[in-house]
Amino acid sequence: MVAEKQHIDKILIPILEQVSDPEIPVLSIMDMGVVRSAIIENNIVKVQITPTYSGCPAMDVIGDDIKAALKTIGYNSEIELILSPAWTTDWITPRGRKSLENYGIAAPLDAEADKDVLLNGKRIVKCTNCGSTNTKLVSQFGSTACKAQFQCEDCQEPFDYFKCLK
Amino acid sequence: MKENLYKYILGIADNSLILGQRMGALTGHGPSLETDIACTNISLDLFGQVRSYYQYAAKTAGDGRTEDDIAMLRKEREYVNVLLVEQPNTDFAYTMARQFLFDVYHLLFLNELQKSKDLTLSAIASKSIKEVSYHQRFSSDWIKRLGDGTNLSHQKMQDAIDALWTYTDELFHQTQADKVMVKEGVGVDVTKLKETYYKQVNEVLEEATLSIPESKYFQKGGKEGIHTEHMGYLLSDLQYMQRTYPNMEW
Repeated sequence: MVAEKQHIDKILIPILEQVSDPEIPVLSIMDMGVVRSAIIENNIVKVQITPTYSGCPAMDVIGDDIKAALKTIGYNSEIELILSPAWTTDWITPRGRKSLENYGIAAPLDAEADKDVLLNGKRIVKCTNCGSTNTKLVSQFGSTACKAQFQCEDCQEPFDYFKCLK
Repeated sequence: MKENLYKYILGIADNSLILGQRMGALTGHGPSLETDIACTNISLDLFGQVRSYYQYAAKTAGDGRTEDDIAMLRKEREYVNVLLVEQPNTDFAYTMARQFLFDVYHLLFLNELQKSKDLTLSAIASKSIKEVSYHQRFSSDWIKRLGDGTNLSHQKMQDAIDALWTYTDELFHQTQADKVMVKEGVGVDVTKLKETYYKQVNEVLEEATLSIPESKYFQKGGKEGIHTEHMGYLLSDLQYMQRTYPNMEW
């Protein structure tokens, strides 16, 4: 339930990078920051993952996918779900943010800006289609727990914004 | 088994389970697509939190029951959620008023639970608190929009607040298990949250141009397993699959 420190054995990184979030297939779980540790102990890999949101239905699938991926290089694995420290959007890597944008999901702003956007209707979220910041919040809740719905007022494109979680 | 800890965990988890069930019932029935998605998102967050609590409860009970057994197979009298969360989705004003009256409490509660000496409970609290702050933003917004909206929406929201007010005091009652857990530094002393709760609730009501109910008559019983008439119907929905097809899995 509580993780001590983040450590991932180097040899496992390329394998874990092949596992992606089933709801955002362009984003690897490594870039998402959900893998907290992965250590080989007596030929078994112990993996700790942390959910983005408590109810995230992707977590069970991610756990299974990790097991399957590690099996391909001959390892059995145990998955443990960690809640503390709680996941934050700061753990998404720069490469992860880029993949999100390319996929059509606006990457999270910093906490202050996020508040301005979601609470005060400030227009600073960039449209993933045309790049305009003339965008409005449609709903604080989107297609998955981690996203809010936006619409661009210039090109009219509806798009998701990944909410800042800190 | 640590009887008091087990009961204490249920006291927290059952609120979220039952409210989650209520909000989940709006799947495909919300007043608009966005609110439908929002309500079910809130439901999903609550169910997610509930899983962590029940897994911990199952471990604490140590009698072979799983998280699903605890969630799905208790009898009505064994659920210890507050009466507020089991009240029906009468209309959207009721749904949002119920959510709001619980969210304000929930956020205050989790804030304190983060400081618990029990590392599992404090971990669940610090995870949940981020989600619940979104819930409170959403429900507070609707209190203001409907309260400070048209004559009709104002009236409906006022009716909802008036009707649900009677269930608010119970949030601050302590059970025997609560008292023991507070003493051990594990539990939250809910009696200390009361003043801040009403202050925060009243601020939003005022901004929403709603009047604060004056009634001093409050209902209680949920925390002892004595529920309102709505609970049985809710449970028959919630438990239907497990009762009809015992031990079924997805």
